[in-house]
Amino acid sequence: MLGLSITQWLFGILSLMAIMFALMVVFTRSPVNSVLYLVLTFFCIAGHYLLLNAQFLAVVHIVVYAGAIMVLFLFIIMLMNLNADTEPRKHIISRIIAGVVGGMLLFVMVGALKGAEHLQLVQAGTSQIGLVKNLGMVLFNEFLFPFEIASVLLLSALVGAIMIGKRDTSTN
Amino acid sequence: MLNGIPINYYIMLSAVLFIIGVVGVMARRNAIIVFMCIELMLNAVNLLLVAFSTLHNDASGQVFVFFIMAVAAAEVAVGLAILSMVYRNFKSIDIDLLSRIKN
Repeated sequence: MLGLSITQWLFGILSLMAIMFALMVVFTRSPVNSVLYLVLTFFCIAGHYLLLNAQFLAVVHIVVYAGAIMVLFLFIIMLMNLNADTEPRKHIISRIIAGVVGGMLLFVMVGALKGAEHLQLVQAGTSQIGLVKNLGMVLFNEFLFPFEIASVLLLSALVGAIMIGKRDTSTN
Repeated sequence: MLNGIPINYYIMLSAVLFIIGVVGVMARRNAIIVFMCIELMLNAVNLLLVAFSTLHNDASGQVFVFFIMAVAAAEVAVGLAILSMVYRNFKSIDIDLLSRIKN
C-alpha cells in the first residue's frame, strides 16, 4: 500500500475528486451540469470535514450547501431556461489570459506557502472539538452575540430577497 | 491506523480550489456560474479554517466556518434575487453584456 495509511489514502482520493469536480464546474458548458458538479465537489469537501472529525460541520455543510443553496441555484437556472446552446462564451484570448493569471497566482501561492508550518501533522480522527456538544458549548458561550447577529443577518437577507425578487406591479 | 496528514497538504488543496474559483470568475460570462465559483472560493477557505482549527485544537475556527456558511447563504439568496430581477428586465445574465448597459 506504498506505506500510506487509510487516512492518507482517503485524503488523496477525496482531494483528487474535489479538484477534478471543481475543474468540471468551470469547464462544463451547460449550467445545470455545472451545478451538479459543484454538488459533488461539496460532497468531497464534506468528506474532508469528516476526515478532520468535524462531524457537525460536515452535516451542516451537506444540509446547507448541497441541500439548500444548490437547489436554489437549480431552481433559478430552470426558471431562466438556460442550457449549453444559449450559453455565452468569452473570447478565446480572455479565457487564455484567465488561465495564465490563475496559473501565476497558483505559482505565487505555492511558493509563498511551501515552507509554512512544515510537517505539522493534523491528527485526523482523534480531535474532539468538532463534535456537536463541544462546538455548541463554544458557540453559545464565547460566540453568543455573533450568533444572534447572524440570525438578524439571515432575517434581513430573507426580507431583502423577497423585496428585490417581487414583481413590480405599479409600473406595468 | 490513523496517521496524521501534514498541514501543507491542506494548504495546497485549499490554494488549488481557491484558484479554480478565481479562474472560473475570470473565464465565464454566465453570472450564475460566477456566483458558483465564489461559493467554491468560500469553501476552499472554510476547508483551510477547519484544518487549522483541528491542528491547533481550537474550536473557534469551526465556529467561524459556521458563520461563513450563514453569510454565504444570505449572500446567495440576495444575489440570486438580484439575478432573477436582472433577467426579467434584460432577458440575459451575460455579465459582459450587462456591464455595457449603463443607463
